[in-house]
Amino acid sequence: MSEFEPKVVAFVCNWCTYAGADLTGTSRIKYASNVKIIRFPCTGRIDFMLLLKSFANGADGIIVSGCHPNDCHYTSGNFHAKRRWIMFKELMDFMGIDMNRITFSWVSAAEGARWAEVVNSTVTRVRELGPYVSYKQMVNTSIEEEVTHA
Amino acid sequence: MHNLILKAKELLENKIVSVIIGFETGSSGKVRPVFITDSNKADSLIFDERCIQNLAVYLTKKEVKQFGKMGIVATLPIMRSIMVLISEQQLSPENVVVLGISGDGEVLDFADITVMQHYIEKCELGNPAKEQDMLATLNRLNMQEKFEFWQKEFSKCIKCYACRQSCPMCYCTRCAVECNQPQWIPVQSNNLGNMEWHILRAMHLAGRCISCGECGRACPVGIPCHLLTMHLVDQAQSYFGVYAGISDKMSSVLSTYAPNDKESFII
Amino acid sequence: MAKLYAKLSEDRKIYAPVEASDKKVNYQYNPDFKDVTFDHLQSTLSVKNVVFPKVENLFYFTNSKTESSVTDIDLDKIPEVVLWGAHPCDTAAYDVLRSIFCWDIKDEFFAKRLEKLTVVGLACSTSDAYCFCTSVGISPDAVKGSDILLLKLENGDYKVSIITEKGKAILEQSPDLFESYNNEAEIVATVKQRFDYKQVTEHLKDSFENPFWVNNSLRCVGCGACAYVCPTCACFDIQDEAQGSYGRRYRSWDSCGFGLFTLHTSGHNPREVQSQRWRQRVMHKFSYMPERNESLGCVGCGRCSRACPVDMNIAEQLEVLQSI
Repeated sequence: MSEFEPKVVAFVCNWCTYAGADLTGTSRIKYASNVKIIRFPCTGRIDFMLLLKSFANGADGIIVSGCHPNDCHYTSGNFHAKRRWIMFKELMDFMGIDMNRITFSWVSAAEGARWAEVVNSTVTRVRELGPYVSYKQMVNTSIEEEVTHA
Repeated sequence: MHNLILKAKELLENKIVSVIIGFETGSSGKVRPVFITDSNKADSLIFDERCIQNLAVYLTKKEVKQFGKMGIVATLPIMRSIMVLISEQQLSPENVVVLGISGDGEVLDFADITVMQHYIEKCELGNPAKEQDMLATLNRLNMQEKFEFWQKEFSKCIKCYACRQSCPMCYCTRCAVECNQPQWIPVQSNNLGNMEWHILRAMHLAGRCISCGECGRACPVGIPCHLLTMHLVDQAQSYFGVYAGISDKMSSVLSTYAPNDKESFII
Repeated sequence: MAKLYAKLSEDRKIYAPVEASDKKVNYQYNPDFKDVTFDHLQSTLSVKNVVFPKVENLFYFTNSKTESSVTDIDLDKIPEVVLWGAHPCDTAAYDVLRSIFCWDIKDEFFAKRLEKLTVVGLACSTSDAYCFCTSVGISPDAVKGSDILLLKLENGDYKVSIITEKGKAILEQSPDLFESYNNEAEIVATVKQRFDYKQVTEHLKDSFENPFWVNNSLRCVGCGACAYVCPTCACFDIQDEAQGSYGRRYRSWDSCGFGLFTLHTSGHNPREVQSQRWRQRVMHKFSYMPERNESLGCVGCGRCSRACPVDMNIAEQLEVLQSI
């Protein structure tokens, strides 16, 4: 393998960002192919455990994106999500987990170009940060640990 | 102490409560929770600076609830836990009588929950001074140092869940950690799973923790896991301006929102 | 002593007690001799993990679309380990564990680890109010489970007793490290006998419905701390964990104090409330095990009582129970 290509997982809401990403495609805008998009009914549904599981399963970066405030299909899902991400981010910072690897954004269904930008900037940033070695090490030791109780 | 015993006896004799949850002398200089149903036994009740366990954890316990109406010896963290339990519909205010204890050990007479609320409002609600210092020390570390600090601590975790069991707010009969479809958190104790468990616990207590520190005290291997939830107590206060457990009608920070919540990291 | 330690760690892993900055003592693999403590009262966790690790992989599996294949664990990879400085309660616990793991079918993981284990015991020179080994038929200088036993002398030396063939091999390996014993006075802790375990066992036979259990366990919060620090608790959970098509089956410690321990798929739970779980814990150690395994399930180390966040003191409770 020559250059490091980061794996990025994007958790997006069905109503805004997913439609926005669709628009990126139909508008023929090119963006980094490192991203794997997972569609959710609403950002309010995106549990923080999903983010942790992404890292545990090999993601180097994560994008979480949904409707702009006041545009939520369910009125307040993104407001709830916002509070949750504030708490989550502060907790992660406190525990020394790299929040530069996670992008939180609001991308509407009309912002196809913006979605491309969000993805590209995230991929560039994570590429610079390199593979998430410390997290991966933790996963690997967890698997091998105690086999011979080394 | 004398007043406390008199008050407990009065409540039991007049059949206002069926059980008093308080402290008694334990083994080797420890104190421990006691459940008194007979007013003649109320003399064993004590209260001193060792009595710091959060007794509110028993208010949702099946075998204790069976007694009927409960009286509870309550310091400030216990009063605040009671508020959280009431606001989350885990405890009915009619089912509890609070034998309040002030910061300097005086017995407080709370006619009802509203009176207790007025008392709580007048108290200092932040994290205890000792923990504030530890939080400040940790917050000064860089990312790598913080990561290493917590990894070292979590490596001690044996997944006995004493942190969860000793917490009054962890009243769920089925914890997310026990969910196995999907298996969010490995059953075994390993570095990754231990960290995930502590993140999960802290997040589920975000905006609900009342800074009693019981989780850290209960931990048999000495992980300062109370600092995680206490850090979020500080954050909830600075972002949203509220402390948990100050009213019986409030919603916790994460179950509500304000359209003008401020953050600086969502692009 | 340092030379013996160095000699033993030459070709084996050595597992020895180290005091951490928070004053808690725990065993570590291959610590420097200068960090090893000789005066510890008790480590927080027991040393059962040497033969019964908190996680033990049982086998690996790979699934393809049409078939599954299983790879066994290579038991020969289990290393030779020297357990250094374990107190008599902890070494006696290996017999208890053996009576569970080798009861009818021999557990090959446990048996292999035990086979590869050499125990350098250390008689207790200190004790505290939680110790009750003498109440369960063990003493602070008991040799059970040790291959050699070190016993502190007043001049700072250690008296060495050779107990087993493995112990003899250590002596023969480096005879020049030992000198003959000149009757120097020994320092052995005293531990007060608090109850008669035979009487307790008798008592428990008809105490199942005793209100004692409910009254004395109302304060139990139902964590697993007592079981996880216990040197003889052997309950485990078996889980499969897979990532994609590759996975493993492992067993990990479990505790009868957890509500989910006995929960059936149907939703029925035969041990519905905490008092039943506490009763199970005591009954299992002091009634069922003597009856079925012919060994008492407790070695009197007192860890459970030290670790308990709500002061459930097992020795105290048994004392009370004996007098009912």
